[in-house]
Amino acid sequence: MLSIVVFLPVVAALALLAAPGASDRVVRWTWVAVSALVLALVVALWIGYSPGASGFGYETQVNWIPTVGSGYHVGVDGLSLPLVALTAVLFLSCAVYSLRETHRVRSLAALFLFLETVCLGVFVALDLLLFFVFFDLSIVGMYFVIAGWGHSGAARAAVKFFLYTFLGSLALLLGFIGLYLAASPHTFDMLDLTRQDPMAGKGAVAVLVMLAIVVGLAVKTPTVPVHTWLPPAHVDAPAAGSAILAGVLLKMGTYGFVRIAMPILPQTWRAYAPVILAVGIVSVLYGALVALAQRDFKRMIAYTSVNHMGYVVLAVGAAAMLADTEAQARQLAVTGAVTQMVSHGLITGALFLLSGVLFERGKTYDMASYGGLARQLPAFAGITAVAVFASLGLPGFSGFIAEFQIFTGSIGAAPVPVGFALLGVLITAVLFLRAYQQVFLGPTKTRVAGDLTLTETVAIGPLMLLAVAIGLFPRFLLDVIEPAASVL
Amino acid sequence: MIASSWLLVAFPALGALILLLGGNRTNAWGHLLGCATVIASFVYGLAMFFADSFAEAADTTVYSWIPVGALQVDFGLRIDPLSVTFVLLITGVGSLIHIYSIGYMAEDRDRRRFFAYLNLFVASMLVLVLGNSFVTLYLGWEGVGLASYLLIGWYTDRPSAATAAKKAFLMNRVGDVGLALAIFLMFKHIGSTSYAEVFAGIGDVSPGVVTAIGLLLLLGACGKSGQFPLQAWLPDAMEGPTPVSALIHAATMVTAGVYLVARSAPIYNLTEDGRLLVTIVGAFTLLLGSIIGCAYDDIKKVLAYSTVSQIGYMMLAVGLGPFGYALGIAHLLTHGFFKAGLFLGAGSVMHAMNDEVDMRKFGGLYRKMPITFATFGLGYLAIIGFPFLSGFYTKDAIIEAAFGQEGWRGWIFGGSALLAAGITGFYMTRLVLLTFFGKQRWRETTSADGREFHPHESPPVMTVPMIVLAVGSVAAGALLISGDTLAEFLVPAVGELSESDHGVLPHALIPWLTVLISALGVLLAWTLFGRRDTPVERPANVSWPVRAARKDLYGNALNEALVATPGLWLTRFSVFADNRGVDGAVNGLAAGLGGGSGRLRRLQTGFVRSYALSMLGGGVLLVGALLAVRYS
Repeated sequence: MLSIVVFLPVVAALALLAAPGASDRVVRWTWVAVSALVLALVVALWIGYSPGASGFGYETQVNWIPTVGSGYHVGVDGLSLPLVALTAVLFLSCAVYSLRETHRVRSLAALFLFLETVCLGVFVALDLLLFFVFFDLSIVGMYFVIAGWGHSGAARAAVKFFLYTFLGSLALLLGFIGLYLAASPHTFDMLDLTRQDPMAGKGAVAVLVMLAIVVGLAVKTPTVPVHTWLPPAHVDAPAAGSAILAGVLLKMGTYGFVRIAMPILPQTWRAYAPVILAVGIVSVLYGALVALAQRDFKRMIAYTSVNHMGYVVLAVGAAAMLADTEAQARQLAVTGAVTQMVSHGLITGALFLLSGVLFERGKTYDMASYGGLARQLPAFAGITAVAVFASLGLPGFSGFIAEFQIFTGSIGAAPVPVGFALLGVLITAVLFLRAYQQVFLGPTKTRVAGDLTLTETVAIGPLMLLAVAIGLFPRFLLDVIEPAASVL
Repeated sequence: MIASSWLLVAFPALGALILLLGGNRTNAWGHLLGCATVIASFVYGLAMFFADSFAEAADTTVYSWIPVGALQVDFGLRIDPLSVTFVLLITGVGSLIHIYSIGYMAEDRDRRRFFAYLNLFVASMLVLVLGNSFVTLYLGWEGVGLASYLLIGWYTDRPSAATAAKKAFLMNRVGDVGLALAIFLMFKHIGSTSYAEVFAGIGDVSPGVVTAIGLLLLLGACGKSGQFPLQAWLPDAMEGPTPVSALIHAATMVTAGVYLVARSAPIYNLTEDGRLLVTIVGAFTLLLGSIIGCAYDDIKKVLAYSTVSQIGYMMLAVGLGPFGYALGIAHLLTHGFFKAGLFLGAGSVMHAMNDEVDMRKFGGLYRKMPITFATFGLGYLAIIGFPFLSGFYTKDAIIEAAFGQEGWRGWIFGGSALLAAGITGFYMTRLVLLTFFGKQRWRETTSADGREFHPHESPPVMTVPMIVLAVGSVAAGALLISGDTLAEFLVPAVGELSESDHGVLPHALIPWLTVLISALGVLLAWTLFGRRDTPVERPANVSWPVRAARKDLYGNALNEALVATPGLWLTRFSVFADNRGVDGAVNGLAAGLGGGSGRLRRLQTGFVRSYALSMLGGGVLLVGALLAVRYS
């Protein structure tokens, strides 16, 4: 069942490529239909989810490359199921949003469907090699999206993105191989590795392996100082590409922290948790401050991603610093981290689609060129306001639920630094309100026509509805995450 | 009735939802729905007030909101005397102001959306006062901040309105950070955020932590209530439509800080340092607000600084702990009546004067607007503490309690409260004289946008709420204070009201001393503004105290120097680091690799190179690993 969900999109992508006669219209609607079907199946998975003894549901294990101890091993638990669902939701939104697309539609649809399989694959993989293959392919897919459908500077941004994340994934592979070699018997299976704890007492080797894995994941997240690929990639990517990049691909980094680094390298992770925490805090503050200085709407949102993902890194760092007596706080921080991943995916995904709408209307992301849009495009202004307040952590939206858990859980680990990170919430408010004022309030600068279209509303509206639903009634989500978070 | 008390919140929340999602389809009846939902809550609140007894706090859980392990935050409500008092104030004054807004906003094409925001505000404010944990309080706390932001920035085409809205939200956020940190500390040390468990467990927490929590809560209170050093947003918030100023920025939201301190009485009772700082903030702010209030010519800004000053009184009172919780709440209630009435009166004047706010362009209006004048006059008498009107009871009680402190505290707190009473007499008299008396200083012609205007009395839909509030301003004080009615009612929430039997001045003397000082202020204002004509142009050549007061006693400059400028430099530094430091190094690498791949591109066109490179790199590593395993 899980495998069907994962591979359905890529099968559809191949079918689209194999049917050159289909008109763009058919291609677009097929894309939407397949994405909707995937989402429906994921909802069914969610409803039927009951984790087995291993803690995972829908587990499948097939020997794949037995000589190296690698198998096709997939399954979902409370850490991955929310991200699988997020992936399905965002890909559907992007498919709907792209109904307007006219440029090489077939390739775009095929590429996105391929990417969907890859992203789902990362989150369900329980084998390091499988994880790595999907992780690497996501970079390839996104590279083509940016380079092929991006704005003017796309080629350069795409190369930067590729080099950066690709070097990161090489580091990750080195780390995985290190784990493999240390395990006895050799294996790439995450659950076996967790049970074996192969790096226990390995000293410097363990540190090197963790360094490789953490660097690989940190590039993808991204954290300061390896974040500089992100702003150009976002600015030059098409709106739907940005939404997937920020909404899904960034999560692979932090998901790797909770799925691989924390459980398989527990002692090393704990020993270096203060470093992780510090990186998280720096990312939070630094990302917010640099975002504050941006004049380009999309670039600003890109930097807020550094800030928001910083909270996740902060939480997983703090969680490891908390002693066993504070297991409750640790669980809270990890649950908050996963909630934040989902929340950031929804809200920032929406913000990137909205920035696409802005570009569509005004042909620029430069905020100074706009003014007073609220009078001309009330619906667009309204939904952007909702996204903006959701993103700055207003209670009633998912971001608050996540950040509240993260801070409540983490404050015990290092009260003063974590308290300091709370300033990030303040700076985010400054930058978002300033941007909103410049673009939407005040006197009209340029005349722009065309409020939100139906497809835009259908693409973006549900993301905001979900953010509100999680903000007010988060229980359905927290009850899934909590058991998985408590074993970390 | 208590079990269904969530209906109190549900009515206005539903109203806001219908009006926002319904869009223009609801334009025809939107304002009526907006009023109806708030009145429904008021009626429910009244029925609850008479039907139930509030001897004990009743907590009801609506649903489990954030359940994660040890953190079990319920969306729950606490019905006790304190919350019920606030419910009646919010929905009562709220209903009147909703009705008034029908007339005030009649010509605004977005009136329906205005009522949606007002309903959103009422719903959030009710969550704030009804919530039974600090997290539900925080939900309402930020909700009212959002409503305030939307309503201050109502006139979206005015850049000043947008800036004021942003400033209000951000300065509130500074306070919110304090409140949030206090909540995190509560969870860390007590393991819960609900009132019941926090208040039960706070005794076992170390005194240093209790004081820290107290101070952080105070920071939150200062933000929301416009107290020093976070007072500068409140006068700017007057950019919003006047009913908003009356409801949010005078009667209800800005008093939330006082509510927070009173609600946290069990915490503040344990920290004398925390209480002392609350008192100091209150005493300082009440003087600051009253002094600046003397310098403005903008009728709404004078009232705004008056609000800052009056909330200072309330803060001073609740800072006195058991000596003052009930007094602070009493003054909060009477202030809610008379200040809302004064603002609605000011709105009525602006309505008549084509939205003019400069008092130097008013004059002699009592003839044109008799009802406005009469109701405003009663509010005026109430705020300056005219004997046997509201302010006389509730403000004097605070001054008395302040003088009841021992030693220097009695002299400093009592003295500043007494002095500010005199200044209040001065600036309020000045306001009334400039607006309603003297020669007519407006020229009855056309306004800037070419419309003719003639000062006129407002329609009944506006004057009736003003009359009701005026009646409240007259009577509320006597009702609440005589026989300690309110203080006894509040006992289950904030404890018994203590009265000090010592103090630096005899008790019986203080009320009359206050009246005397206020009368001096009135007299001084009359000498300066009643007996001679006021120039229409604002005198530029004035002494330094006036100059300082006109510059808000440098409150904005202080914020600028302490927060904005360092923030700016920090931002610039980060951007510099981002461009030169981190990215510079990476760009060097990327340029090298990019150059290499550029050369590669000539050999292999297209995107294939990257893909190939990726797979190649992965493959080499993999093979290497396999070989290593095989031969190790």
